[in-house]
Amino acid sequence: MQRTSAFNIVSVALGLAFLYLPIAILVIYSFNASRLVTVWGGWSLEWYRELTHDQAILDAASMSLRIGVLSATLATVLGTMAAVALTRAGRFRGRLLFSGMVYAPLVMPEVITGLSLLLLFVASGVDRGFWTVTAAHTTLTMCFVTVIVQSRLIGFDRSLEEAALDLGCPPLKTFLTVTLPLIWPAVAAGWMLAFSLSLDDLVIASFTTGPGATTLPIRIYSQVRLGVKPEINAICTIMIAVVALGTVASSLVIKRGAMRRAREGLGVQV
Amino acid sequence: MKQPFGSSRLVVLIPYLWLIAFFLVPFVIVAKISLSQTVMALPPYRPLLDLTAGWAGLKDFAAHLTLDAYALLGSDDIYLHSYLKSLEVAAVSTALLLLIGYPLAYGIARSPRGLQPLLVMLVVLPFWTSFLIRVYAWINILQRDGLLNDVLMRLHLIDAPRAWLASDTAIYIGVVYSYLPFMVLPLYAALEKIDASLLEAAADLGCPRARAFWRVTLPLSWPGIAAGALLCFIPITGEFVIPDLLGGSRTLMIGQTLWTEFFANRDWPVASAIAVALLALLLIPILVYERLQKRAIGEMP
Repeated sequence: MQRTSAFNIVSVALGLAFLYLPIAILVIYSFNASRLVTVWGGWSLEWYRELTHDQAILDAASMSLRIGVLSATLATVLGTMAAVALTRAGRFRGRLLFSGMVYAPLVMPEVITGLSLLLLFVASGVDRGFWTVTAAHTTLTMCFVTVIVQSRLIGFDRSLEEAALDLGCPPLKTFLTVTLPLIWPAVAAGWMLAFSLSLDDLVIASFTTGPGATTLPIRIYSQVRLGVKPEINAICTIMIAVVALGTVASSLVIKRGAMRRAREGLGVQV
Repeated sequence: MKQPFGSSRLVVLIPYLWLIAFFLVPFVIVAKISLSQTVMALPPYRPLLDLTAGWAGLKDFAAHLTLDAYALLGSDDIYLHSYLKSLEVAAVSTALLLLIGYPLAYGIARSPRGLQPLLVMLVVLPFWTSFLIRVYAWINILQRDGLLNDVLMRLHLIDAPRAWLASDTAIYIGVVYSYLPFMVLPLYAALEKIDASLLEAAADLGCPRARAFWRVTLPLSWPGIAAGALLCFIPITGEFVIPDLLGGSRTLMIGQTLWTEFFANRDWPVASAIAVALLALLLIPILVYERLQKRAIGEMP
C-alpha cells in the first residue's frame, strides 16, 4: 500500500529528528571554540589538537582497537561455526543447550555477564588484562555473528552445496569454495557488528579488565562522570565518523559484490 | 537429505566448548559464590573448593555453604527497592518505546517502497555509534547550563534553569533514545508483512480507517510488538550505564546495586546473589524471547 499520509510523514520526521539531533549537537559542539556548551565561540579545532596530546586517551583508543579487531575476528570464526552447526549439522547431543547458550547472551544483562566472567577469571587464577577482555568480548559478540550468519544460511539454496558434495568435493572444501562465497556478506556484517560492539562495551570490559588495559569506553566513562568536556565531544565525534565511514563502506562493498554476482548470472539473492 | 558439514564434528565441538567454558561455567561459579561467606581476604569469599583434598575437601566445602547472602537480600529493603525500581523503569520505558516506536515503524512501513530501506538504515545507524556516546550526548543537552535550559529560557517557558539530570525523567529520555532501534525494527518487520489487500477489503466493506487499524493492523502486528517489548524490557531491567550517568542517587536500579556491591563494597557473595536473583526474575521473558527468536529464524522442528 502506498498511502503516505501527513501523519506518517510527521511521525517519521519526528522520530528521525529525535534520533539524530543529540548526535548532531554533540558533533557541532566539538568544533566550538568556547568551553561552555551554551556559548558559541566560533569554529575551532582546538579540542582535537588537545586530544593529540592526551596520551591516556590515545593509549586507551589503541587498546580498544586491538581488542576489537582480535575479538571480532575470533567471534566471526566461532560464530560462523556455530551457525553452520545449528543449520547444517542436523540433530546432535546437547543441541538444546547449545542453542540456548547461543541466544541467551543476546539479552543477558551486561552486569551479569561481566560479573560471571570476572569470577571465572579469578577462580582460574588468570591475570586480567588484554586477553581476558578479548575473551569476554569474543563470547558476547560471537552470538550476534551466529544469529546474522544463521539467517543467511537458512535463506539460501542448498542444492549448490549438495551438488558439490555429490561430485566428490570434501566438506571443508565445499564450505570454503561454495558456501562461504555465498554467505560472506553476512559474515562481513557479523564482523562489523562484533567489532563495533566490542568498541562500545563499557560494563563487561570494566569487570574483566586489569591494570594496564584501560579501554576507550572505560576512559571516557571516568571522564564523563566528572562532567562535560569539549575534548570528550571531539573523541566521540571521531568515533562516530569512523563508524559511519565503516558502515557506508561495508554496505557499498556488499552491494558491489551482489551486483557482480548478479552479472555473473548466479542469480543469488542478497 | 545429506548433511554436508555434519560429518565434521569440530564445527559443533569448538563453539560448543567455548560457550561452555565462557558462558556456562561462569554461571555455575556465580551460583557457587552466592552461597559463600564474605571474608576479608583475596579472593574475598569462603569456602574455597580444594579439590586436592579429595572427598574430605568436597565435604568440608559443602558444609560451609550458606544462604546468608540471600537472607541479606530478603532482609534489607535496599535490594527489594532496587528490583522494583528496575522493573518500574523497564515497564514504563517499554510502554514509552511502544508509543514512540509504533508510529515511526508504521510511517516507515507505509512510505514508498523504494524509500523504505533508506529509512530503516537511518533508524539503525545510531545503533552503530557507541552507547556511551549516545548517553553522553544527552548530558550535553540536559545539564544545568545545557542546551535544553538555554532554549526553554529563551522561549520564556521557564525563568530559572531546571535540574534535568539526576532524575527519572533523564533516565527515561536516555533509555528511550538508546533502545528505540530495538523497538522499531521488529515492529517494522511485522508491519511491513501485512497484506495491503486486507486493509483494502476492510475499506471496501465500509470499515473506517481508524477502526481498520484497531481491528486489522494492530492484531496482525502483535508478533512485532511482543518481540520489540521483550527485546527492550529484558536488557533495560539490568541497565547500568544510563541510570548511572543520567539518574539520581536516591533509588538505584539493580544493575547499579550489583555494581556497587561488587566494586565499592567488595561483597562478592551478595553481588553474586543479586545476579542470580535478577536472572531468576528475567528467566521467563528470556525463555519467551528465545522461543520467538527461534520461530523468527524458522528453525522450529
